[in-house]
Amino acid sequence: MAKQYETVIGLEVHVELATKTKIFCSCSTEFGGAPNTHTCPVCTGMPGALPVLNKQVVEYAMAIGLAANCEITKVCKFDRKNYFYPDNPQNYQISQLYLPIARNGYVEIEVGDTKKKVRIHEMHMEEDAGKLVHDEWDDTSLVDYNRSGVPLVEIVSEPDMRSADEVIAYLEKLRMIIQYLGASDCKLQEGSMRADVNLSVREAGTKEFGTRTEMKNLNSFKAIARAIEGERQRQIELIEEGKEVIQETRRWDDNKESSYAMRSKEDAQDYRYFPDPDLVPIVISDEWIERIRANQPELQTEKLERYKKEYDIPQYDARIITSSKHMADIFEAAAAICGKPKKVSNWLMVETLRLLKDHNMEPEDIRFSPENLAKLVRLTEAGIINSSVAKEVFEKIFAEDIDPETYVEERGLRTVNDEGALIEVLKKVIADNPQAVEDYRGGKEKALGALVGQTMKAMKGKANPGLVNQKLKEML
Amino acid sequence: MDITSLTAVELGKKIRAKEISVAEAVKASFDQIERVERDVHSFVTIDKEGAFKRAGEIQKQIDDGSLQSPLAGVPVAVKDNMCTKDMLTTCSSKILQNFKPAYTAEAVRNLEKAGAVIIGKTNMDEFAMGSTTETSYFGATRNPWNLGHVPGGSSGGSCAAVAAEESPYALGSDTGGSIRQPSAFCGVVGIKPTYGTVSRYGLIAYGSSLDQIGPVAKDVTDCAVILEVIAGHDPKDSTSIDRNIYIHSASAETNGLKAGSPNLAGYDFTGALKEDVAGMRIGIPRDYFGEGLDAEVKEKILAAVRELEVRGAVAEEFDLSLVQYAIPAYYVIASAEASSNLARFDGVKYGCRTEEYEGLHNMYKKTRSEGFGEEVKRRIMLGSFVLSSGYYDAYYLKALRTKALIKQAFDQAFAKYDVIIAPAAPTTAPELGKSLSDPMKMYLSDIYTISVNLAGLPGISIPVGRDSKGLPVGMQIIGNCFEEHKIIRAAYTLEQTRSYERPESAGMRGEGGDR
Amino acid sequence: MANKISDETIEYVGILAKLELSGEEKEKAKADMERMLDYIDTLNELDTEGVEPMSHVFPVHNVFREDVASYKDGSTDTLANAPLKKDNSFKVPKTIG
Repeated sequence: MAKQYETVIGLEVHVELATKTKIFCSCSTEFGGAPNTHTCPVCTGMPGALPVLNKQVVEYAMAIGLAANCEITKVCKFDRKNYFYPDNPQNYQISQLYLPIARNGYVEIEVGDTKKKVRIHEMHMEEDAGKLVHDEWDDTSLVDYNRSGVPLVEIVSEPDMRSADEVIAYLEKLRMIIQYLGASDCKLQEGSMRADVNLSVREAGTKEFGTRTEMKNLNSFKAIARAIEGERQRQIELIEEGKEVIQETRRWDDNKESSYAMRSKEDAQDYRYFPDPDLVPIVISDEWIERIRANQPELQTEKLERYKKEYDIPQYDARIITSSKHMADIFEAAAAICGKPKKVSNWLMVETLRLLKDHNMEPEDIRFSPENLAKLVRLTEAGIINSSVAKEVFEKIFAEDIDPETYVEERGLRTVNDEGALIEVLKKVIADNPQAVEDYRGGKEKALGALVGQTMKAMKGKANPGLVNQKLKEML
Repeated sequence: MDITSLTAVELGKKIRAKEISVAEAVKASFDQIERVERDVHSFVTIDKEGAFKRAGEIQKQIDDGSLQSPLAGVPVAVKDNMCTKDMLTTCSSKILQNFKPAYTAEAVRNLEKAGAVIIGKTNMDEFAMGSTTETSYFGATRNPWNLGHVPGGSSGGSCAAVAAEESPYALGSDTGGSIRQPSAFCGVVGIKPTYGTVSRYGLIAYGSSLDQIGPVAKDVTDCAVILEVIAGHDPKDSTSIDRNIYIHSASAETNGLKAGSPNLAGYDFTGALKEDVAGMRIGIPRDYFGEGLDAEVKEKILAAVRELEVRGAVAEEFDLSLVQYAIPAYYVIASAEASSNLARFDGVKYGCRTEEYEGLHNMYKKTRSEGFGEEVKRRIMLGSFVLSSGYYDAYYLKALRTKALIKQAFDQAFAKYDVIIAPAAPTTAPELGKSLSDPMKMYLSDIYTISVNLAGLPGISIPVGRDSKGLPVGMQIIGNCFEEHKIIRAAYTLEQTRSYERPESAGMRGEGGDR
Repeated sequence: MANKISDETIEYVGILAKLELSGEEKEKAKADMERMLDYIDTLNELDTEGVEPMSHVFPVHNVFREDVASYKDGSTDTLANAPLKKDNSFKVPKTIG
């Protein structure tokens, strides 16, 4: 009988914080811009330049630590992690090893019906590296330091996860917490959230952990799931063949769906950490912690409960909407403007989710304003446009955030409530469709539908369907 | 009138009184450079064109009254490890021989704001690692008192330039004695301020927790005035201390200072220029005057102490413990920090890159092996080793614990004494070419200066006579942190008992000058 | 007094420090380091039990900067000293991945 294996997974998650400036200098953290435009002596490691810590980084890190139930380290320090690589201009990264800002926390995840705690070992602040681009023309690499010094929080979990599903649930949970805090937008594709997977396998029932590998370069949930499966298989095969798993860092190639070792003699992996003499310790008082705690925004669980009570929307809908801070913000703002939370919720739950799925987008990518959604709800509620027109208009809102009032006016999409005009059309429809008229009169209720359809078509969809029905019945 | 023999403050006064123009002052320096630089070799870079252009601008501001600083229009030489915008800044290293920074160090900016005219950048031991200025890639500087001898180091170029009157004053930096020891060897005055007093922003780091910039000049008054100009809290340097606030804070008391005591001065250093040592308690550490100290040096220093006693000071010998542990602790800490600080010199962003290489790591190794001199490599290797896996606790943490104990020993001493008097070096300036062959011996010569850096204290070196070879003897006065005013007062009082000695022009062309 | 630095150690430190020493330099480096370490080992005579390692001399803490951005194109200054550059970027030998 084949042996059963258990996968043991721990995660190192890097999150780029949503500060306006870098961690140790006042260069902008904005994306884009030509290479090396967002740089200064500090973030390019110029001789003599010195770092000065951005206070907002500490406050975001504290907020994340508290939301993930961590203990905040009252005296924390920065250390230098020494290694040579061109994306790292000082050839050391300023990070935290000995006294990280937060420790011993957990987040709760739900997979299927089972709830589980994933413990957080520690969380620390550090600086991001620059970007290396391979130059095909002369087979060299080009270095851009625009991202160098962007603040990161690295969240290191305990090896508490056992499957790709749990890993993704954990990542989604972290992402939600951090987005709610406004500490990061956590986009995997853009690299503002990155996960390194530490994975080992062991025979089911054994207590000891197997040798783990670390996998890097995972930039989507799908890639993470595939990499976990791939690495699990690779390790099991090695074990079955009686070979050893080597503790190493591997790079996942999602196109090839395989990983390769990143080892070289020149990477000694001996980082010679020591306290950075250019930075002074951070002393965090209880008052400071309480201030951060008090300013913590409403997190998802609280919001969900409030939605059910305040807006009377079902648990399922409340959960979907609150799963994205961005979507929840749109919901609340639109509901406040139009006063019809259930209608707003419907637009989000049905049409918005459908369009997101069609376009392979995340809720975070929604670009329309709550004002325009609210206007659309008002237009439909007032009977100014009918539901099929509304759907068409919403697609425009979703795509281009158009103002629905102007759009409806400009294109003359208002429902026609003019009885005289309607009766003229109905007369014509009755005259043109003698068979359907006869069927209806003969008791076939269905035939009425066909006539309504013809009428709507003739009126280019702008008729009020209720009125059409009523008048038709009268006239027949 | 011989302009170059004036002190910086005297020259500044004459410039503001329109007795001397800024251009004349600048020209006097360049004329002297023309005469002696070939022998002394104090400079790595001389910027004649820039200096004269700047002289014109400063003159205008003096004339229209917008510039009234005591240093307005006075030429200055800056050690070549401080960044100067668009002017070569080499750290006397091959690897930075073509480096022109895009910004100016904060201390130098403060001088510029006060109307200083930078005439050039001075030679030093490569990356400030050395005690003789012989490790410079651009060749050694010679002692103006005797060209066969070294000027000391690492700020040897700055001290020689002042002694040889090429520049009225200079900036140096001090990590383990690099201002005080060459000041002593060259017969000039130099101050290493309390750590955090002068911004390190733009100072190319050697040992970040030890480095401080300070003045080098002909007398104590100049040094106090210059320090007042360059010191100040700089938000760009996280280790810069706002003295006006700090000395009144509870933290100050943990340094054995009485918060709010009138003895503590924020940035007023010239206020301490008083001839008054009545009741001043002087500690003489026995360990500093024992074996290894040259008899003539000892005699000159003790004579100077007696002068102070005559003027009312009370001197007493005492045991400053742990003296022998300062050097090993220093070399662990400074080398560890240096190994990390100098990692950025890799041929990617600035400086030289090796000509031929295969792949990234080969490029790094060749660039750095070719770009750094022997002493720098030695310290980077040592620093990398003591931080490497398995040794961190045994070496690095042990050294940091030792540093804590050394600081405690000084705290105890300063509970009893206002100042501590010590030699600046065990001997007068050694001959050229005699020091580098045995690095250990060179390290040991820093014994009297190094612990001051470990404890973050201020120290001043002033000339107290000459030995039988005619070489200057320097004396070090050490103060508690933030108590520069005490060492300035003691040094100023002593200075009043003697007149400034300058090297004979013949001496500057003395034996050994075969260049 | 018996620090022995092996060839492997010198090689390893060379990798960490990115320094390449010739055979002769290596021997000298070994001897220098052995002597220095022997000297440093005198620190072991000192009882430092319970002493907190002191990385900063003064108990200064919480030095911060506010999160206010300065927008200016730094690329010209940043690249001014580059030994090799292309497309507004530093050019280096090809890196893996």
